[in-house]
Amino acid sequence: MPNIVELLYILILAGFVGFEVIKKVTPTLHTPLMSATNAISGISLVGSLVAAGSSHQVSQMLGFVAVTAASINVVGGFLITERMLKMFKRKERK
Amino acid sequence: MEVMNYPLEITYVIASVLFILGLKGLSHPESARRGMHYAEIGMLLAVIGTLLSGEIVTWEWIITGMVIGSVIGTAMSVWMPMTAMPQRTAISHSFGALAAVLVGVNEYAVHTEKAYGIMPALGFEVLFGALTVTGSLMAFGKLQAIITSAPITYKGQNFVNIALFFITLVMFVYLIFFPNNATIFYVMIGLSFLIGIFVVLPIGGADMPVVLSLMNSYAGLAAAATGFAINNKMLIIAGSLDGSSGFILSIIMSKAMNRSFANVLFGAVGTPQVDTSQLAEQRPINRFTIEDTKFALEQAERVVVVPGYGMAVAQAQYAVRELSDELEKRKVKVEFAIHPVAGRMPGHMNVLLAEANVSYDQLLEMEVINPSMDTVDVCIVIGANDVVNPAARTQKGSPIYGMPIINVDKAKTVIVMKRSMATGFAGIENPLFYEPNTKMLFGDAKNVLQELVAEFKKK
Repeated sequence: MPNIVELLYILILAGFVGFEVIKKVTPTLHTPLMSATNAISGISLVGSLVAAGSSHQVSQMLGFVAVTAASINVVGGFLITERMLKMFKRKERK
Repeated sequence: MEVMNYPLEITYVIASVLFILGLKGLSHPESARRGMHYAEIGMLLAVIGTLLSGEIVTWEWIITGMVIGSVIGTAMSVWMPMTAMPQRTAISHSFGALAAVLVGVNEYAVHTEKAYGIMPALGFEVLFGALTVTGSLMAFGKLQAIITSAPITYKGQNFVNIALFFITLVMFVYLIFFPNNATIFYVMIGLSFLIGIFVVLPIGGADMPVVLSLMNSYAGLAAAATGFAINNKMLIIAGSLDGSSGFILSIIMSKAMNRSFANVLFGAVGTPQVDTSQLAEQRPINRFTIEDTKFALEQAERVVVVPGYGMAVAQAQYAVRELSDELEKRKVKVEFAIHPVAGRMPGHMNVLLAEANVSYDQLLEMEVINPSMDTVDVCIVIGANDVVNPAARTQKGSPIYGMPIINVDKAKTVIVMKRSMATGFAGIENPLFYEPNTKMLFGDAKNVLQELVAEFKKK
């Protein structure tokens, strides 16, 4: 049984950190921000892996679909963010 | 008390720090790519750590899933055109949330005894997850024009939505006390899928930035709730980072549209009924030809381009950049003024212009450009309407009154590129078009711009 209060502390503190960090993100990069956080939220992959790798058959099936979906999210999300960020260049002017 | 797996926990701590550093990098285009590498390493560490944790006993499903997922994910990000970015983001939210729902169902169906104790977390996980899955699919459908992007409304819609929401909530509370009722658990998930569909149904295309931001936030919250359910602190941290990101973006978008959250979600029922007869303009409009436009631009020292969704539709971003190059050759200073809700997702215009090789230091925010708007010689409005409508400043009765706009009407000359005199999303007349300093240049934005560039290149 996890200690709920301890986890709540983490949730709230991480929420504040997130708020401060995201507030400073330049509006120019709001689309990459979205795809990046989208990729990071694919972190449910970790839970999916444990399910897919267990010995229980139902878990394996649910986990398999979850791993596939989360991998699309993580791999696709990071790749497209990179692709976008590569485009943001500054022109050299004299 | 479970025995703690220290190597795994420390890996998760490092991954969490890397995620935060990754998002911090996005504060400037210079540091953004390095930041993303941090986040990617964080994700890699988290996955490897989990795989080596000793909890994994079979590998075939993991490997198959990861291979299929990576192939689809790679294909989607390599071949997806930049104009389709809003759709891609929407569908990707849907996948992430689906994973969260399935992990939740797995906890409930397989680790039943344990699941009963963590019902509040599990409930949040599947509720947020399920409504994000269908809500994002709906957003995808609307953005991809599979379903009409116009608001779909019917009588009693708000009542149906609120009732659905209330029933789901009651089921959730019931489950916290009687978690062994599996039927209720699965019906609750089903209803949550429905909520996702019904809530996005009445939301129109131009409100999509808010929907996408909200879904971004919910996907994060679902991940955080998963962390509570499986007692994984890294998931909580990563989830709340995403949750707050989506939340901040939703606030920025709502503010930029002069609307509250509630108004976007529940207020889109029917288009605003405005008495247009009173606001109807009697003044004549002034038209400009390509040659007139060229002449005006040549005389200018400072030109500001204001792009809107129309630029994305016409795929005119490359033509815009060519025009900007031609002007810069002639020592004209060119800048781009970007309204927060221009386009279909936050930052949409910036990405399209960056794709067309516009330097990012030329992309200015509304607040930066507005104070010096009266020193602008020529302002070119491309496919934008409501975000430059001065009625937001002057007409108290207007539905967009109070909305922050780019004050293009203060520029010495305004050239509006538009296909016709049709109104924007808000369905209201734009007095800008009738101002004496406004010149209308009708036609498809891309064709018009290309003709203009050709004219500049003539000699």
